[in-house]
Amino acid sequence: MTEKITGYDIAVIGAGVTGCAVARELSRYELSVIVLDRESDVCEGTSKANSAIVHAGFDAKPGSLKAKLNVRGNSMMTELSKELDFPFMRSGALVVCTDEADLPKLEELLERGKANGVPGLRILSREEAHETEPALADGVCGALYAGTSGIVCPFGMTLAFAENALANGVVFSLSNAVNGISRTDDGRFLISADKGDITAKCVINAAGVYADKIHNMVCEPSFTINARRGEYMLLDRSAGSLVKSTVFQLPTKMGKGILVTPTVHGNLLLGPTADDIGDKENTATTRGGLDTVRKISALSVKGIPYNQVITSFAGLRATGSTGDFIIREDEKVRGFIDVAGIESPGLTSAPAVAEYVRDIAAGILPLKEKADFIPTRKGITLLAMLPDAERAGLIKQNPAYGQIICRCSSVSEGEIADSINRPLGATTLDGVKRRTGAGMGRCQGGFCSPKVMAMLAEKQGIPIAEVKKNG
Amino acid sequence: MTRELICIGCPMGCELTVEVEDGKAVSVTGNTCGIGKKYAETEVSAPTRMVTTTVMADNGKPVPVKTRTAVPKEKISDVVKAVKSTTIKLPARIGDTAVENAAGTGIDVIVTKNAG
Amino acid sequence: MAEHISLAVIGGGPAGMAAAAAAYDSGITDVTVFERDSELGGILNQCIHNGFGLHTFKEELTGPEYAARYIEQVKQRGIHCETDSMVLSISPEKQITVVSKARGMRVIGADAIILAMGCRERPRGALNIPGMRPQGIYTAGTAQKLINCEGVMPGKEVVILGSGDIGLIMARRMTLEGAHVRLVAELMPYSGGLKRNIVQCLDDYGIPLKLSHTVVDIRGRRKLEGVVIAEVDGTGTPIPGTEEYYECDTLLLSCGLIPENELSLSAGITINGATSGPVVDEYLNTSIPGIFACGNVLHVHDLVDFVSEEAGRAGRNAAKYIADKGSRKNEPHIVKLIPGNGVRYTVPCTIDTANTEEDIHLRFRVRNVYKGCTIKVSANGNTIISKKKRITVPSEMEDIILKPDMLGGIDGDITVGIEEGGV
Repeated sequence: MTEKITGYDIAVIGAGVTGCAVARELSRYELSVIVLDRESDVCEGTSKANSAIVHAGFDAKPGSLKAKLNVRGNSMMTELSKELDFPFMRSGALVVCTDEADLPKLEELLERGKANGVPGLRILSREEAHETEPALADGVCGALYAGTSGIVCPFGMTLAFAENALANGVVFSLSNAVNGISRTDDGRFLISADKGDITAKCVINAAGVYADKIHNMVCEPSFTINARRGEYMLLDRSAGSLVKSTVFQLPTKMGKGILVTPTVHGNLLLGPTADDIGDKENTATTRGGLDTVRKISALSVKGIPYNQVITSFAGLRATGSTGDFIIREDEKVRGFIDVAGIESPGLTSAPAVAEYVRDIAAGILPLKEKADFIPTRKGITLLAMLPDAERAGLIKQNPAYGQIICRCSSVSEGEIADSINRPLGATTLDGVKRRTGAGMGRCQGGFCSPKVMAMLAEKQGIPIAEVKKNG
Repeated sequence: MTRELICIGCPMGCELTVEVEDGKAVSVTGNTCGIGKKYAETEVSAPTRMVTTTVMADNGKPVPVKTRTAVPKEKISDVVKAVKSTTIKLPARIGDTAVENAAGTGIDVIVTKNAG
Repeated sequence: MAEHISLAVIGGGPAGMAAAAAAYDSGITDVTVFERDSELGGILNQCIHNGFGLHTFKEELTGPEYAARYIEQVKQRGIHCETDSMVLSISPEKQITVVSKARGMRVIGADAIILAMGCRERPRGALNIPGMRPQGIYTAGTAQKLINCEGVMPGKEVVILGSGDIGLIMARRMTLEGAHVRLVAELMPYSGGLKRNIVQCLDDYGIPLKLSHTVVDIRGRRKLEGVVIAEVDGTGTPIPGTEEYYECDTLLLSCGLIPENELSLSAGITINGATSGPVVDEYLNTSIPGIFACGNVLHVHDLVDFVSEEAGRAGRNAAKYIADKGSRKNEPHIVKLIPGNGVRYTVPCTIDTANTEEDIHLRFRVRNVYKGCTIKVSANGNTIISKKKRITVPSEMEDIILKPDMLGGIDGDITVGIEEGGV
């Protein structure tokens, strides 16, 4: 089916956390905004497979966009998570040092953090570090503590931005890959996409690992994006309390090293590796990569129960060729805004990136605040997160919450139905999993997926066999 | 001719050695009980199998079925085809006939689960 | 005020039903079975193949037929069953929190509890198989449920990893449904399933079984396109140069079952690392007096007949516990059962030799394939009982009966071990 040409003020390409955060920010203003993505759901690329950390901001180079937007994004997170109802915990982080010769590097990080304006940093002695996190490996001889570091649900955060943007009038056009962009005679952009042509006065390129490709459709090449793969292992909730804060190792050129962290869902996450691979689709885990995760994580934390691994996965960082976030209006093609090279700390920075992009957009289009902007959004009520009395009340109100579908994560029919029926609802098994946690537990959907498939099939009016796992 | 078989009569899985002449077993060794001997004799002359599968019910859901007794091994796929071309009416009770004389074997296919 | 019942049975599969019926027959009629599915029968409902009941009923039944016999027993006795009811937690004081559509959320106290929650399959993540994560990868049991209960075929070109019984059964099942099963790869040098399943499910259909092989890569972005299979050495490490690519749209995993003990853990019950099931005494009582365990939640069985037998004992013992209010006739004298040479675990883990009245079923699994060996049960260097075996394999549970008169005067641990040779 081809949609006829439709005109928008702004087209955002990419429905990852950056694109969705930008869309939500722009939805405050009287603008017509469309978000395009090649996938059938939001949060399908880099945003779904990362460390899920809200970084404090001590390791980016002072003066860089990364440093500035990280610290700003971090400071916005508590209020934002309340406003948009997504899981976030300020659980703190330790950067551990395992070689006494490297102790000065902790001081360097501390200084850098101070220069970046990061509050709550201090150096811990060997004893203090082990007291703070008793599971630290014996070889840890000191640490940098960052009190403002936190953990977040990256799906929850991206969905929150997207759903709130939708509520404020943003159009989401999913399963709609962009194939070409050109300039029209009247200075607008003509975007040709799978489902038809769209025109926009301003284009925001938030296409993740493909940002260079999108940029080059209409602009002179000025940067490249390299897919840097990171492999992770996720452990069962029974292992989730091994550490209470995120444990980093001293950063290297390739990234922040392999971390050990609790997740907001109570699991333990290990990773990532860092491999520069040419292939922007290759999210395969490798034997060598998973071995590295095991080996290196054991250097910072002892007693990790590797037999409690419930899944492993890999994500692609969108590493830009400039070393910093690339957020600017193209010098020649006015109205085309790149939001590229958004690797770590991209998740943390997303709300600050959105403000920054808004300010650029203000130079292109007049921004007039809406009188009826809805600043808040209510997420899916998750039964497992509720105290018993509230659970009982909810079930009384809606008995579907009494029918448990996913036994590992205690997810009920009510929550799954909500995830499917709400605006921008799930259309795939992975979509339900990300919204509710069904299938994310220790059996990885072995028991619940036939039931979830049946619910998806019914909603979409298709046979169960045609229900998709993803995309 | 000598044939090596694994007895399927029970979980023991005895390793049987069968001397075969003119398509018939003349001696069986390695068995621990009579089932093994009988299995070996049938297996070398006229092997049979129970067939279990599902038949579609009129509500679009599968209902499990089995052949009442074992059928000749070479008839398995014909029996399954016969079942697949059938739809049964609900309710169905254990033992109800789903397909009569499946694929000309003389053996009925019967329902194994109460449904509807 | 919270509800109170005599006996709560958690799980309405073969173990739960047999336990409830046995407890009822032993005089405890205030029993409730809590089942999370919409019908009784548990995993038997999807096991439509035959081979069940040879020991219990002396005939060969399919899974649903075997379940129906016990459903009938439960019905005849008028035992209260709550389906679509999920137990969320158990407290050490034997209070259970249960939730259902029909009855909401409740806390129910019980004099005794029988754990019969069964087991789950080991998923891909726990196997650390590298590669992509496309659609088309299922545990064998999930595929079985889709095909047998929903009438949905997951795919047409199939590779199966793991030769557990469900995987073997599914190789045949998918072949009969028109799929092409390319091979079954097994990491170990021996099969994880029963021999008759290898004969009837693989050999009959010419499906190759490659022992000492595993999946080393999974390809396909959205949908599975193929897997790479390689041979492994004695340590399970893939041997470079042996990789072979198999195009397929479906990968089934049949790589072991894990007892589902999250509820047991919520009650603080001690778990045996070797079985992932509770540590139990010869009454099948867990580390909490009055909480019993049986069936696959206790240790993974290969025959449902043994599950029913074990569950019957758990039911009778729970009834006795309730009637005796937890007291025992004599001052307990606990001896430990130690897995010796070649033995992975034993059930039970302890025996109260001062109070043994019934025969004790000592069940265990061996670590490896042993041909021509002797199973020896001994204490203080003296043999209590020994049993010669032509072959023992890890996939088949061993069962030795200890009679009460054998246990008199035993002081110190009882060891169960394999002696190789000597037949």
